[in-house]
Amino acid sequence: MISHRVTLLTLALVFGGAVLLAVLNQFTPPGSALHVPPYVIALVGKYLCFAMLALAVDLVWGFGGILPLGHAAFFALGGYAMGMYLMRQIGTRGVYGNAMLPDFMVFLGWKALPWYWSGFEWFAFAALMVVLVPAVLALVFGWLAFRSRVTGVYLSIITQALTYALLLAFFRNDMGFGGNNGLTDFKDIVGFPVQADPTRASLLVLSALFLCGQFLLARFVVMSRFGKVLIAVRDTESRTRFLGYRPESYKLVVWVLSAIMAGIGGALYVPQVGIINPSEFSPANSIEAVIWVAVGGRGTLSGAILGAVLVNFGKTWFTSALPELWLFALGALFIGVTLLLPEGVMGLFRARAAKPGTAPEAEAAPAKGMVT
Amino acid sequence: MTEADTLLYLDGVTVSFDGFRALNGLSLVLEEGEMRAVIGPNGAGKTTMMDVITGKTRPDTGSVIYQAGTDLTKLDEPAIAALGIGRKFQKPTVFEPQTVWDNLLLALAGDRRPKFSLWARESAAERARIEQILETVRLPEQRHRRAGDLSHGQKQWLEIGMLLAQEPRLLLVDEPVAGMTDAETEQTAELLREINLTRAVVVVEHDMAFVRALGVKVTVLHEGSVLSEGSIDHVSEDPRVIEVYLGR
Amino acid sequence: MFRWLALALLAVLWLAPGPGRAQLADEALTALTSTSFNSIREGVEALAASGHPRAQSIILALQAGKLFLRGDKVLFIKDEDGSVIEAATGAAADVPASALKPVRVNNAVRGAIDAALGALRLFAPDAAARLQAAEAVFRSRDPAALPALQRAMASEPDAKVKRRMEQAHATALLFLPEAKESDRLAAVMTLRARGDIEARSTLGNLTGQTQAVAEAAATAITAIDRNLQLWSLLQSVFYGLSLGSVLLLAAAGLAITFGVMGVINMAHGEMVMIGAYVTFVTQQAMKAYLPGIYQANLLFAIPLAFIVAGLIGIAIERTLIRWLYGRPLETLLATWGLSLVLQQAVRSLFGASNRDVDTPAWMSGATELGSLTLTWNRMYIILFAFLVLAALMAALRYTSLGLRMRAVTQNRQMAAAMGIRTPWIDALTFGLGSGVAGMAGVALSQIDNVSPNLGQNYIIDSFMVVVFGGVGNLWGTTLGALTLGIVNKFLEPVAGAVLGKIVVLILLILFIQRRPRGMFPLKGRAAET
Repeated sequence: MISHRVTLLTLALVFGGAVLLAVLNQFTPPGSALHVPPYVIALVGKYLCFAMLALAVDLVWGFGGILPLGHAAFFALGGYAMGMYLMRQIGTRGVYGNAMLPDFMVFLGWKALPWYWSGFEWFAFAALMVVLVPAVLALVFGWLAFRSRVTGVYLSIITQALTYALLLAFFRNDMGFGGNNGLTDFKDIVGFPVQADPTRASLLVLSALFLCGQFLLARFVVMSRFGKVLIAVRDTESRTRFLGYRPESYKLVVWVLSAIMAGIGGALYVPQVGIINPSEFSPANSIEAVIWVAVGGRGTLSGAILGAVLVNFGKTWFTSALPELWLFALGALFIGVTLLLPEGVMGLFRARAAKPGTAPEAEAAPAKGMVT
Repeated sequence: MTEADTLLYLDGVTVSFDGFRALNGLSLVLEEGEMRAVIGPNGAGKTTMMDVITGKTRPDTGSVIYQAGTDLTKLDEPAIAALGIGRKFQKPTVFEPQTVWDNLLLALAGDRRPKFSLWARESAAERARIEQILETVRLPEQRHRRAGDLSHGQKQWLEIGMLLAQEPRLLLVDEPVAGMTDAETEQTAELLREINLTRAVVVVEHDMAFVRALGVKVTVLHEGSVLSEGSIDHVSEDPRVIEVYLGR
Repeated sequence: MFRWLALALLAVLWLAPGPGRAQLADEALTALTSTSFNSIREGVEALAASGHPRAQSIILALQAGKLFLRGDKVLFIKDEDGSVIEAATGAAADVPASALKPVRVNNAVRGAIDAALGALRLFAPDAAARLQAAEAVFRSRDPAALPALQRAMASEPDAKVKRRMEQAHATALLFLPEAKESDRLAAVMTLRARGDIEARSTLGNLTGQTQAVAEAAATAITAIDRNLQLWSLLQSVFYGLSLGSVLLLAAAGLAITFGVMGVINMAHGEMVMIGAYVTFVTQQAMKAYLPGIYQANLLFAIPLAFIVAGLIGIAIERTLIRWLYGRPLETLLATWGLSLVLQQAVRSLFGASNRDVDTPAWMSGATELGSLTLTWNRMYIILFAFLVLAALMAALRYTSLGLRMRAVTQNRQMAAAMGIRTPWIDALTFGLGSGVAGMAGVALSQIDNVSPNLGQNYIIDSFMVVVFGGVGNLWGTTLGALTLGIVNKFLEPVAGAVLGKIVVLILLILFIQRRPRGMFPLKGRAAET
């Protein structure tokens, strides 16, 4: 299904590219023609984190048939967990110099740290929460939704409602997550200054490592017998039931896994962009993540990574060169890809590579069975 | 007939949709290892009956007792499938983008839980069983083709093959020969008789020639309940049957 | 008993008009010339009660330190510019400043002045001013205002103002130490009848009352609380209905496109937004070319918005949606893209900032019903929503287009086989849904900011309505919209606006677990495709 060639190429491009950029940034003098400026490092690091979100979306959409319109929520929750750790690391270096309380809490006149902030001074705890918080939310939500056979557009809409509810919640100051401004002004991550170039280069390489790991994990899942069942559920859910499978358990497993992947992406995103605020929860973000996958090619995993990097590169370029045209371009991308390029960029590659007589790859066609 | 011989017992099953009674106090007994043909005009409740047996539809009243005392109306589809009841749909339903081989692999009896399937590897026994089924349903040449690329008849057989892979004790087959050529129809009748050697089969069919070829006990449904039951000759002479069905 | 007293007083005042009053005023003015603060205070109170035409000017002068006394005990008012007039008559007087000494005040006198001024306003020629004054006295709970109140009540022509005065009188009486128990009990009843939060607070602050009065007050408080709860309930219902009707307008079109065509149109909110901009453009055009009938601008905007949004909808269906039938998730993505394009297009055309859309005079303002405040624009929107709903239902039920639409909803293949041109029906259905959204935009332009983001604010809520109500019929949508609107407004005071909304979303997520296809799902074989 996902050939070894494509797998190796993906791994090589992601990891090799990141290492190359990091090395060129660290070991060439700033004036040199080969030097990669720090902002590029941060930018690419950001793209790779988005790619993790895209991978997570592809896993549930491409293989599970669940179109998630709220996956950025898991990404943001992972990001907030990391942000809380980074906030605690500021210590007395904040504007108010309070060792226990982040600046925004002092500003709000809070006297003590809320209970749910305790533990976040330890990296290991924060890392656990990066995984656990999205996982638990996904578990509860998924269990409720899949058990009652909510499918198709209904499911999509309630995932959107979920992230919308979280968006509203995180905007509230009383939630204790910095309200509108979110968490920012970070100083250190595990003892290294978060703004420093070597830290940024390391974070880029780390993001690449995690992305490769997630890619391999996702590949393992979809190519196992589990993956075959999942695809069967995607295409003909009721048929799998009569075969004795419980589609809800399969969806739940892949849904939780996907949420964790998105959460990790968010956690690596926050130290590299230096801020996390409620706008990450906005439904538009989640829908954008879906279009990354659609552009790259749904149900291909590699395509999700490719799409995330391509679209975000385009966004960076557009928003600086032609800001008023960006929404036109993004809108056109949504329309164009769904109408003209249903298999995405990977579909184009495949069409060129396909020799006559060989059967098209299994997950290529966005199956008709998806219709609810 | 003793209780031990009874495989399936539908007792006064009633199902209504928005006031329309699809099944109206339907009662039916099926013996272990029996093959039964169910016929009836459109809207007689044939498909709804299958839906009730397999857990897709819950009846308003009545019970469906399987083997020694399991009430199927309390269970959902996967649980009923796990008890050994397989179903073939009117419209062939296979996993189109996946290969014939994978379709059969997914249908093979075994652990259905995610934690098993994540780590499962194809065993030699599984491979042998799939090979055997491919022979039975006459598809060994097609094993690597996408199921979606098969012809209509081949899909029907693949679906029967998948049912066999499930190793059910009871097979429910909904219009297996619809849209088949005469040769295919004959082969299908052959196949069903072969299957019936080891398990019970319920066939819902419109094609009277096919039902006659099967040569089994026939149940005629009309407006959600049994109108007549017996050999094909017996029911085709029943004046009520002639009136509602054959006479038209 | 108190009423008898008041009546008696009224009778006295009535029977002895001119001379009695004049005498009172003279005595009051004399008291002001006293050196005792106590006398001055009584003088102020008496003057205010006397009905003297210049009472207010004199008391105001005293308050400002402009009231002076000549050796012969005649009062004068000296302004900052040095001009002097005689206090009692207002006639200019030529008095040397050296002959005048100020009338002094202390805190007790100042208190009396405030109360007196309040009481004097009770006689203002303007009914609204008198009402306000009565309310001020009501809040002050000052027994000193009693005489003035009694006089004002006697001459008050406006029933509403008079009722307020009686309530103020009752309050003041309750704080008058020497008032009789029977009068107090009557006063408690008067306040209980008033039944609002002010009356409750007055009753809650009573001290030193007899057992019977305290008990009556406690009973009255309970009664008022119950009453207040009822009113706030009704007010919430009104707000809820108002929000619900807005949601209904926004969601009705969505329910049609989703129900008939199974198409999730994420650009539906932009159709609403376009409707709002059509209103804006209509108003601008009418201001310029048809100023004479400008007040009727909405009556022009509604059909225009329907036509413009409807035509855009048909265009969208023909160019975009029809390629994606049977792929609802892809449709969702493509229409989302379209919504981005439409938003940006409007932003480029009209700018990103809010556009001012006028509310016609006949839709402005509010009316009071008991303790309810009903704003006219919201009343009209509720009415409009139900008119649109009725029109839609009639269209679906009685027109041949409606018949065909329903046929396509129920069985597309069969409808096609019967010779219904389903593509044509699809386009018209989509146009109808979009047109209704455009009309919703006209309504929304009256209560919300008209900006390119207008649609985005309603799209999620509209989806919630459709999901909640089910797609089968418009009744579901109606019930869904009104329920969500009312639940939202009931939760708001308890949980706050944002938290209330979150709670609603969570409730909805839980609801859809129980009813995955909404309250009114399509049933039977048709639903199992």
